[in-house]
Amino acid sequence: MKKDKSAKKHLMTGNEAIGEGAVRAGCDFYAGYPITPQNELTAFMSYRMRQKGRVFLQSESELSAINMVFGASVAGKRAMTSSSSPGISLKQEGISYLAACRLPAVIVNVMRGGPGLGNIAPSQGDYFQATKGGGHGDYHMIVLAPGYVEEAMSLTMASFDLSDKYRVPAMILTDGMLGQMMEPVEISKYKVKTSGFVKKPWALTGAKARPAQSIKSLFLKPGALEDLNISLQKVYAEIRSKETRYEAYYCDGAKFIVVAYGSVSRVAKAAVKSLRAKGRRVGLLRPITLWPFPEQVIKRLAKKAKVFFAVEMSAGQMVEDVRLAVEGRSEVHFLGRMGGGIPSQNEIEQEIARLHR
Amino acid sequence: MFFKKRFESMASAKIFKRPKSLTDVPTHYCAGCGHGIVHRIIAEVVDELDIRERIIAVAPVGCAVLAYDYWNFDTTESAHGRCLAVATAIKRIMPDNIVFTYQGDGDLAAIGTAETIHAANRGENLTVVFVNNGVYAMTGGQMAPTTLIGQKTATTQNGRNAACDGNPLKVLEMLAVLDGVTYLERVSVESPQSVIKAKRAIKKAFDNQLAGRGFSMIEVLSMCPTYTGRSVEASLRWIKERMSKDYPLGVYKDRI
Ligand code: SF4
Repeated sequence: MKKDKSAKKHLMTGNEAIGEGAVRAGCDFYAGYPITPQNELTAFMSYRMRQKGRVFLQSESELSAINMVFGASVAGKRAMTSSSSPGISLKQEGISYLAACRLPAVIVNVMRGGPGLGNIAPSQGDYFQATKGGGHGDYHMIVLAPGYVEEAMSLTMASFDLSDKYRVPAMILTDGMLGQMMEPVEISKYKVKTSGFVKKPWALTGAKARPAQSIKSLFLKPGALEDLNISLQKVYAEIRSKETRYEAYYCDGAKFIVVAYGSVSRVAKAAVKSLRAKGRRVGLLRPITLWPFPEQVIKRLAKKAKVFFAVEMSAGQMVEDVRLAVEGRSEVHFLGRMGGGIPSQNEIEQEIARLHR
Repeated sequence: MFFKKRFESMASAKIFKRPKSLTDVPTHYCAGCGHGIVHRIIAEVVDELDIRERIIAVAPVGCAVLAYDYWNFDTTESAHGRCLAVATAIKRIMPDNIVFTYQGDGDLAAIGTAETIHAANRGENLTVVFVNNGVYAMTGGQMAPTTLIGQKTATTQNGRNAACDGNPLKVLEMLAVLDGVTYLERVSVESPQSVIKAKRAIKKAFDNQLAGRGFSMIEVLSMCPTYTGRSVEASLRWIKERMSKDYPLGVYKDRI
């Protein structure tokens, strides 16, 4: 970007914003495989990464892409892959290995309708997969869910830093709506990262002036794997206590709180705004980190709020975390659409009116 | 007398010792297993080429998964079959390092076939040591893609039958037609002579990478006494008399 254009806004899709965020965060390696609705991101990376002299590879499969990311991370470099729901299912084994080997990486899931091949319409059906593990074993990813195109860029940049800091893979969880729609982004606000990178003495760069080292997740000695798991859980506890992000909209003193993330949170916000204008004491809590989930905030809000109302583009996945956070203190209700259906503002308002008399 | 003289003259020329690239620990491999020999050949070659400090090895899932305990250079594990995806990224991002994968037949020729073919076809500047012992050894001797017709395994108890179990997969023959491939040679480690040849081939495969010549794979017919021959001697004979008949030794491609 030229300086004189610095305040200029650029019209970008969410997919491109994620790509540009990755490049600005110093992503050295990207591998991807075609799948709709994230193809714009792979196409963007194909020229932008090579323009920057970095590595772009179109892999032969999703398995290969996630394991290429594994390799780049072994070498201590910032690495990213992206896909959409079925492709993300294929990456699960690799993500489990990344988590076990304590390797940072960023995985982008631009969700589509499922299960199975499903369709290419937006969905939030992969919440469980993203936040509860997805692959085998006890592990977590840091999961960030942008609500706006610009936030897709800023959260992608943040995801690299968080992943490096904790040596835990991070996921950008978004959907086909946000991935493919365009919004203005003030790109120059997001400075290219040139310093402040976390040192990675664990990386494999050759046993020069130090003993040979290895990266592995096989621990056969009795107790050794349990020790690894205990140390992982400690890291997860620290992330839980320090890295929760959310947006609270009219939540103070609200009696009725809508909980929604990603694209659908925008529809929910419009509904809350309209009801506020009519004098209803309704608020919106938008989790930005889905893992760690803003459970403490919900617990606090539950002191005042009688009703929590989760709105999702799924059969009801995040709502379970809302229920857990509320611990029975308030009522929890749910509105969801599946397989590419998107709740309308009207639908949400009517349901709130019915529940919040 | 003759042997004594011979030994003395050899000893004065070269003292047999542990390569620097091999750690001083006993391996977990069974008696007569080929893995120890192949590990050692690699370690000697790495020392001779003076590249120990530049090596990043990728270990497979299989009996050789613990290779990182035996080599004295940087080594990463890989998910089953994905060694060449992992290695591709490491080499692309650090082209000055020397990257090789060490893979078994199940890893390279069954679950990882796609990674094998595509890394080869992209012409990645990598060295692959493919240890073909004809069985899935770590899991208890099941049929591998390279199991011979008639060979008894845990999952082909009456012997591999092409009609129901498919045919042995000939990896080098298959890769030879790909434009991206530079060098393919099949060797074995069933005798001192064959070990010397194997070492020469593996050295050439590393040399190719050092010179930026592209994709090299050495297939090593190797012994798994535990699941093929049952005795060390019988398994050496098995390689010589059976396996190398179906998998002929030699150079399959040499673009240099
Ligand atoms: S089972 Fe076979 S391949 Fe595995 S260590 Fe024993 S002899 Fe070697």
